[in-house]
Amino acid sequence: MSALDIILAEAPRFYTWWNLRFLLEALGNTLLASVAGCAIGYALGFVMATLRLPQLVPLGLIRAAAILWVELFRRIPFLVLLLLVFFLSQFAKLEAPLWVVAVTAVALRMSALAAENIRAGFETVRRTQWEAALTMNIGAFATLRRIILPQSWRVILPPSIVHVLSMVKETSLVSQIGFIEITFAAKMLTQRGFSALLTYGTALILYFCVSWVLASLGRLAERRLTTRPPAALPAA
Amino acid sequence: MQLQYGQVLQYLPDFLLGALTALWIAGLAFAGGLAIGLLGAAVLSFGPRGLRIPIIAYVRFFTYTPQLVQIFFLFFALPEAGITLSPVAAVLIGMTLNAGAYLTEIERAGFASVPRAELDAAETLGFGRVQTVWYVIAPHVVRALYPALSSHYIIMTLGTSMAAIFGVEELTGRALNANAISFRSVEIFSLVAVIYVGLTIVASALLWLAGRWLFRVKAKVF
Repeated sequence: MSALDIILAEAPRFYTWWNLRFLLEALGNTLLASVAGCAIGYALGFVMATLRLPQLVPLGLIRAAAILWVELFRRIPFLVLLLLVFFLSQFAKLEAPLWVVAVTAVALRMSALAAENIRAGFETVRRTQWEAALTMNIGAFATLRRIILPQSWRVILPPSIVHVLSMVKETSLVSQIGFIEITFAAKMLTQRGFSALLTYGTALILYFCVSWVLASLGRLAERRLTTRPPAALPAA
Repeated sequence: MQLQYGQVLQYLPDFLLGALTALWIAGLAFAGGLAIGLLGAAVLSFGPRGLRIPIIAYVRFFTYTPQLVQIFFLFFALPEAGITLSPVAAVLIGMTLNAGAYLTEIERAGFASVPRAELDAAETLGFGRVQTVWYVIAPHVVRALYPALSSHYIIMTLGTSMAAIFGVEELTGRALNANAISFRSVEIFSLVAVIYVGLTIVASALLWLAGRWLFRVKAKVF
């Protein structure tokens, strides 16, 4: 039987209300893990990027610690990081539910990527602005909040949407600890006897749709935020 | 319970061999992806419209879906269509196709970095096609691409950890085996995490030095 025959024969049995609802719930879990993880990760990453600012943190040791944090979490493969968080929570007898493990792993990974992105955003504002603020006796925190952030968030936002996209893809690895997101749902349906062509094929389509929406949002944000509106033409 | 690294250190030589496996799996997939990417980028930059659309579809599909699910599809769904792959083959093919999609995007940016005026100058000076590619196009493309390509190789080395899920005995796979024997999970996976960090820091440094010496590229690598 060819692949198409299998798909056509099994599709009516596979696309039932129950299976679709199951897949949609799994999609919700994928989005929960990646969006919540990214939100926490961005907050952590912001702290790490701020701790690396010499204008704000005069102590070199703290800056070095922030760099170490970032280098550590971007160089550990997500699967290993996830297993480490999973086994650590068991070791400490925290009895953390799986979604907490998933969100923690995503947040730790994201904090490293976010810190790099936010630092790059800070660096788009010239250092002379820090110096100018200092001469005007504006405190370092106020400078960050009132001068640096309003200028750099436009550069920071578009890549952060792409980061959510990459985390949606990374969370497929969370299936390995048994958290019911799209990939695990596809695996369960395969074990229930449905054709792997259909189950994994549907999973791929779901991922594609989510990524497509996020990538479009990212492109839209980039167009809107990083390019200046063209100057009005002078009257003839 | 206490952390006991003494029992776990005996696995270190085994893990380091696994790290080598990770490096060559990533290397093979990267080489394949580089070739696909070169072709894809050439078509996207200079090819006819009819050929560009399938390339764009290929790049979109592979960059918008998780590599793990792509390999699951190759490994579990293709046998139903009569194509059975070994775990290593499925991982290698999946990673190569994935790399090809990303490298198409990266290499296209490299092609765009060749200034039009220099091509005109080469023509004026009577450069042949081979000379133009070698003396004008290649230096620009290599310098523009070197940092991004090196970073992608390191990202792919980290990505090989998912081969463990299919039973390939690279670093993470060996860690899972050792975990099944000794149950020292936290010790094993923290050791493995340190090996990955060390491995990629060394790889980053070497690639950065190579870039400096060979192509005078100063940009940071991963």
